[in-house]
Parts: sequence; structure tokens; C-alpha cells
Amino acid sequence: MSEIRDLTCIGCPLGCSIQVTLENKEVKEVRGNTCPRGDAYARKEVTNPTRIVTSTVRVSGGKSIMVSCKTAEDVPKNKIFDVTAALKDITVNAPVHIGDILVPDVAHTGVSIIATKNVEKAD
Amino acid sequence: MKAYDLVIVGGGPAGLAAAVSARDHGIESILIIERDKELGGILNQCIHNGFGLHTFKEELTGPEYAARFADQVRERQIEYKLNTMVMDISQDKKVTAMNREDGMFEIQAKAIILAMGCRERSRGALNIPGYRPAGIYSAGTAQRLVNMEGYMPGKEVVILGSGDIGLIMARRMTLEGAKVKVVAELMPYSGGLKRNIVQCLNDFDIPLKLSHTVVDIEGKERVEAVTIAEVGPDRKPIPGTEIRYTCDTLLLSCGLLPENELSRSAGVELSPVTSGPIVNDSLETSIDGVFACGNVLHVHDLVDYVSQEATTAGKNAASYIQHGKTKDAKIVEIIPEGGVRYTVPKFVRPTEMEDKLTVRFRVGAVYKNCAIATYYDGTLINKRKRPVMAPGEMEQVILDKSKLAEFPDLSKITVRIEEA
Repeated sequence: MSEIRDLTCIGCPLGCSIQVTLENKEVKEVRGNTCPRGDAYARKEVTNPTRIVTSTVRVSGGKSIMVSCKTAEDVPKNKIFDVTAALKDITVNAPVHIGDILVPDVAHTGVSIIATKNVEKAD
Repeated sequence: MKAYDLVIVGGGPAGLAAAVSARDHGIESILIIERDKELGGILNQCIHNGFGLHTFKEELTGPEYAARFADQVRERQIEYKLNTMVMDISQDKKVTAMNREDGMFEIQAKAIILAMGCRERSRGALNIPGYRPAGIYSAGTAQRLVNMEGYMPGKEVVILGSGDIGLIMARRMTLEGAKVKVVAELMPYSGGLKRNIVQCLNDFDIPLKLSHTVVDIEGKERVEAVTIAEVGPDRKPIPGTEIRYTCDTLLLSCGLLPENELSRSAGVELSPVTSGPIVNDSLETSIDGVFACGNVLHVHDLVDYVSQEATTAGKNAASYIQHGKTKDAKIVEIIPEGGVRYTVPKFVRPTEMEDKLTVRFRVGAVYKNCAIATYYDGTLINKRKRPVMAPGEMEQVILDKSKLAEFPDLSKITVRIEEA
């Protein structure tokens, strides 16, 4: 079972158009890249694409009503919506500091959501 | 009247890095004036990651990047005023500002650093036809509403312009449950970084239509539909190519303009190309002791370059305060040619400049397999191959003081794009 995937490399501003040929979910050929980084990007992107997800959650009793946050590590690309959905109804209490764990093991990814901003208690 | 050695207008990435640098070069009396309720400027609403790869060698989000510099400012106990708006800067460096506690007040500065950042191009500046209903936002306004104030501006979205903020907001609105129907871009290429097209549009199957623009907005109270059409090489809509999208929101991400009302009224000479001040190698404007850095000077693609530039401005402002105006030195102009739209700085003083001077610029179109060439008068000094250059990304050349010294009669430096 052979499949061809078209990608745009994000390794540098060149943005090469890359064609990956997969056979039984294994990479058979990478074409169109102009450097080894493109090859590595393409192989990861078709086998195990991951992303850092950034979002916000509500804060109670703080100087701001929202605090920005991110996944502490990459999560699988197909989990992005599960992660943001899990944050929808979360409210944390001020103070919050950069690096604080806001949600452990978000959406069963094994990855925590951590704060990316300091929100002090309201005066 | 209060007096400070250095007043910095703006507490975003440029103002913070400039303050830290000026303090580290010996200036004790510094005041940062910031109109928002916290330091960090626009980075506070840029919650996505990808900042700081050059400066900190790791990928930070906007608020994290801002916090690192704000911490440096606080560690050094540099004074700052929040919720304070600068109303006027005079030619003799008197700063008029106001806030709720102090009312209107004046500060005499020995030197000033302009670090006010930039603004988004508005609907009015774009001349989009159609009704004027609610639901039309600049991408940055929508970003602030979603990320800082917790409001979703709409459910079904069309985005005009493929600048980075527009691309980032396409993803952000999608993640928050909105349907982004299309991103239309007037030019035949995107104004944003390639990685953003992949991670913000392709990841979510959001179509990008190049060479398209908005030709109609429907709805009297609220946006009800937006029609886009393909444009020809003259950038005029081609009849018969219209596509209508029902939606309740139109986001505009059509470029940024340096915010120079204060500079203009102070009498600072501005460049018609960048809309920012014209500066020399020390980032000093046409007024002695008034320096500029960051997006108020020219719009940057990466905040890391803003921090670098601001560090230079802070150092040079410190030197101006300590040693006074530099003696009249020979000035050489840098001429942008053949695809180079402008350079920052525009003027170089070969005897006063740093040993290595970074000259930044943008190109006017997409160039493939070309080279950046630097000439001292008619002599080719350097030619560097570039596989691809695009208007969305900044380019640079480095000028060498020792090399310039070999040309005592130099009348101009030329930077141009040539065949490789």
C-alpha cells in the first residue's frame, strides 16, 4: 500500500516542497528537500508529528483574568484539539507564576500544562 | 520639573532591552514610560511560542520572553511608570506625559530613546468597500480580546492578509472553536513566515488564497458575509472570480506601521519607506540625543533582532549622556538599490562606528538564487549568495570599520540585490 504525502519544510525560510512516499506506513523515499534537515523534518512529520500547544486559562482573584499557558513538551498533533478542549472550563487561583503546573497530564497525553505568565493577586 | 538622564518611551521588548543596556553602561537615572498596565508590550498577547531562539537558545512564548527582560529591569531597580501616556516630546528633550495619579507632568531628559513600537494598518487605510458593521477587527485586536480579555470576537471568520498575526490568529480562533473559512492575501506571496503557514493554516486545513482581496462586506449591524475576488498583476479584482463566504467576523492582517506621532511632532526626520526615524550608525535620529529602536524604527520579523538593536541604542544613549555630542564626523550614506527597499541605519560615520555594524533591510519582492552585494563607491566589497529572500523576512549586511578606513574619500555605500 503506497501513499504520497506533500509537505512544506519549516526548517528554514526556503520552505522546500517535499514529497514523501510511504509504503505500509514506512518512509520509502523523501524527495524535494535540499538539505538533510528537510529529510529529518519530513520523516518525523509523516510518522510522528508533534506540536507545542499554547493557550489560555481563566484566573480567579488575579490582576488579569486570563493566564497564558503551554504544554510543557510536544504533544501528538492529533491531540491538539483534545488539549484545548480540556482547558475550556478550567479556572486557576491567583497568584500564578511562570512554570507553575496548571493541569497535570492534560487530555491523557502525559504532558502538563504550565503557565507562561505571572499573574499576581489583585490588590 | 523632574529630570532624568534617560527617558525611554515604551516598555515593550525594545524599551526594556534599551533600559537594561543603558544601566549596564553606567546610566543610573533612567525612567521607562509605558501606557499599558504592565511591562512587555505586545509580547504579552503573543502567547504562541517561537520567540527567543537567537537570544536565549530556546523556544519561548511571548509572555515568557517579555518576563525575562522585565525581570532584568526589576533586578536593576530601573524606574518605570505604568498606565502613563506620553503626550509630547519637544526638540530640547522635554517629555510631557500624563496618568491618573500624577495628572499631566513634564520631565527634562538628557537623552531619549523612542521605543513606541508599531500599529496595525486599519480598514480605513486599506480602502475596503462595503458596509461598516460590527465584526471587523484587526488581527491584533482579536488577539488581545481572545488571549488577554477572554472574549471570542466571532464564530465564522474570514481573514484578509497573511501577515504573521493573521496566521497566528487563524490557528488561535480555530483552537477556540471558531471556523476560519479562508485567508485571502492580495500579493502573490505570503507576508508571513513559512513556518506559520504550515503550523497555523496547513495543520488545520485552512485555505490560503494568494492574489485575492476583499471586494464586499455585507451586513448592517453585524458582518453577515464577505466576498473575495482574485486580483490580476495590477492588483485589481478580476470580474467573475468572486467567492462569497458567510461569516460574522473579518480579521485584517495587512501590515504594520511604526507609530511615530510623537517623533513627528518632536521634529524627528522620518523615512517615507519605513515610516520610522532616519538614523545613523548609533541609531540616533535627526535630533541630537534622541535615539530609536525596535518596531518604531522599522518593523522587525523577529523580536530577537529588536532586543539586539535596543541594546545598541541603550549603549549609545549612555555614551551620549556621558560624553556629550560626538564631534562632527564624516557621514556616508547607504544607498539601497536593485530590490533593497531601505537600510537601517541610513547613515554611517566611518570614524565613529562600532568595529562591526549590522545594517538591516527588507527586499521588495521574492528573490531566488540571488546575492546581496555591497559596494564602497564603485568597488565591490562583499557578495553573499542567498537561495531565497522574501519581503516578510529581514536581511542584513555587516560593515567593517577597518575595511571602511581603507576608503578615506568614500562618498557612498551601495547595498543591492544581484544575480548570484
